[in-house]
Amino acid sequence: MPNMSMNKTPVKEQDPNVRNKNFLEVNLGYTDEEAREEAARCLNCKNPLCMEGCPVSVPIPAFIQKVLEGDNAGAYATISTANALPAVCGRVCPQESQCEGRCIRGKKGEPVGIGRLERYVADWAIKNGTKGADLAPANGKRVAVIGSGPSGLTCAGELAKKGYDVTIFEAFHVAGGVLSYGIPEFRLPKSIVEKEVSNLEKMGVKIELNVVVGKTVTIDELLEEEGFDAVFIGSGAGLPQFLKIPGEGLVGIFSANEYLTRINLMKAYLPDNPTPIYKSEKVVVVGGGNVAMDAARSSKRMGADVHIVYRRGEEELPARKEEVHHAKEEGIVFDLLCNPVRINGDEKGRVKSVTCIRMELGEPDEKGRRRPVPIEGSEFDIEADTVIVSIGTSPNPLIRTTTEGLEANKHGCITTAEDGSTSREGIFCGGDAATGAATVILAMGAGKRAAKSIDEYLSNK
Amino acid sequence: MPEKYQIVKKEELTPDIVRVSVYAPLVAKKAKPGQFIILRTDERAERIPLTISSCGEDGSVSVVVQKVGDSTLTLGEMNEGDCLRDFVGPLGVPTEIESSGKVAVIGGGLGCAIALPVAKAMHDAGCDVDLIGGFRSKSFVILENEMKTASNNLYICTDDGSYGFNGMVTAQLKELIDSGVKYDRVFAVGPLIMMKFVCKLTKEYDIPTMVSMNPIMIDGTGMCGCCRVTVGGQMKFACVDGPDFDGHQVDFDETMARAATYREFEQQRRRDHNCRLEGMKNA
Repeated sequence: MPNMSMNKTPVKEQDPNVRNKNFLEVNLGYTDEEAREEAARCLNCKNPLCMEGCPVSVPIPAFIQKVLEGDNAGAYATISTANALPAVCGRVCPQESQCEGRCIRGKKGEPVGIGRLERYVADWAIKNGTKGADLAPANGKRVAVIGSGPSGLTCAGELAKKGYDVTIFEAFHVAGGVLSYGIPEFRLPKSIVEKEVSNLEKMGVKIELNVVVGKTVTIDELLEEEGFDAVFIGSGAGLPQFLKIPGEGLVGIFSANEYLTRINLMKAYLPDNPTPIYKSEKVVVVGGGNVAMDAARSSKRMGADVHIVYRRGEEELPARKEEVHHAKEEGIVFDLLCNPVRINGDEKGRVKSVTCIRMELGEPDEKGRRRPVPIEGSEFDIEADTVIVSIGTSPNPLIRTTTEGLEANKHGCITTAEDGSTSREGIFCGGDAATGAATVILAMGAGKRAAKSIDEYLSNK
Repeated sequence: MPEKYQIVKKEELTPDIVRVSVYAPLVAKKAKPGQFIILRTDERAERIPLTISSCGEDGSVSVVVQKVGDSTLTLGEMNEGDCLRDFVGPLGVPTEIESSGKVAVIGGGLGCAIALPVAKAMHDAGCDVDLIGGFRSKSFVILENEMKTASNNLYICTDDGSYGFNGMVTAQLKELIDSGVKYDRVFAVGPLIMMKFVCKLTKEYDIPTMVSMNPIMIDGTGMCGCCRVTVGGQMKFACVDGPDFDGHQVDFDETMARAATYREFEQQRRRDHNCRLEGMKNA
């Protein structure tokens, strides 16, 4: 008999007033009993809409049935057929707009906690060890993967399974891309990322750190001199956008990328760490996406009072619902429907306050989202010593400007066909480098598709 | 063959300044004057950007380091044979080297280590190069012989007059210009305050001037925006758009305020570092 409870089985979390002072994981995950209880809420639909909502088509009802039967190894094997990074996805996917958003149980009550179950299975597998994926015999063909974020890791893993000799080139001194520098420890422990990366290495994938493709070596050199047969570009969207308002050159203004990189990659939150982090008492975070939530919650943990300023309303916040909920619980103040117009400094050139203007929602724009319009004369000041700008990122120009014949659109995104191929033969691309800033799971989907295309291209060559 | 990122040579240029040559053949193969690298000494270390001083055919890349902060002190304590944890580059846009004309290349203190390869490249390309190197005092002078061979004329200046010209590099430059030397271009690298005043002077004389900026950085690939500099009213990232910019367009006052962002943090780290050293000596 299915569990007909209208609500998801609750998951234990650190108390908000404890966790907002540490960087340990917020969500503590299901126990075996809780997981089975939640798995029993799945109706095992004949025509599972949840799978249609998943960018990599994880066989969701099938793995949940295995959890229900207590066969966690089987559940992991089922997920692994479609998703190479389940411990990551279970934690960071926007489930409410994907699998869970389509779940039939969500029509009346809460959907099945698919994300929580995926995480449960993946964590079980990490703890108990699992047999690695079956590898095809080596085929002697070499593929270079640029970037070790979600798209690169996925593409590399898929190709390694098919017998390719894969080398990942990473600009930073740690692999993982946004999983390492962007998403904080309290949402995605770095030990999980390290585990996923080491699994790839066990499959024979080589990882070259400290290589900036476009500077240390170019794509053409990889293809012509280094003996690679194909290249996958998964370099992400790393270039931060700024507000372009007066006062943005003051001391105390950081891109979310900078702030989070200092905290996550450089571990500036640890005591006695050599990488500096700005001592903030009052922080204004501008933006409403997941990155803004991560920056706000990180600065809260560093001891500051934090306001999030977002130009649209609560409904329009692009962040995962759970992140918004967690941020509020942790004491972060949301100043919605307002937008900064000027940052004011003191005599030393340091941030003193942010002048904002109130907004109202006007006519829908081309994407159907109601456009925020400033209300004249409604300016007000928020006292702050720090401003963290989190209004999006665009692709880094380094690769497209050093690879002749590689086409990009006006936003700097590398032009790709549906299969991930680019304007240059043998060069494929996917993830944020092709689409602009999006999600981990979409990047993984693109990496997987590109791996399939690279396999077809090299098999026919 | 040396190991990856191994220190193959270490020379003390002054008690505070060392030249460290690191085995990094991929970087050595590509590096051009004006470009920089980022290194980490060990697992916990911060990423520090350093402009490349020279590259050897043996695959080594040299940087000149002043032991001022916690991380540079740590680097200064490492020895030949030790390996750095990370070493990435070459980053940034190379300095534009023209093949003719009269150029003044100006270095201030440690900046001379960056002025040197730029002067050498311009000199080798066919420019007539005057190299002006400014130091606090005679005991701080570095790379004198190398600078001499990399230029047509070398002018050493000291603030206290203990060696060479008595005064700042700007005073030396002004004297040369006023004595009739016609410079087509000026390249300056050194403390922000020095570059600011060089630019103020060359603007009066309408001499195009490039400066090499060295702001706070993390990734060095355009990802964090930490190194942003306002140039001609536009936001530029020193790591990918620079580090060289038109000095007459740079907002030096803003850059100087931003350079002090972590001053308190750094002072504390330096105190801690010295305490640790003292502790080791006393142990």
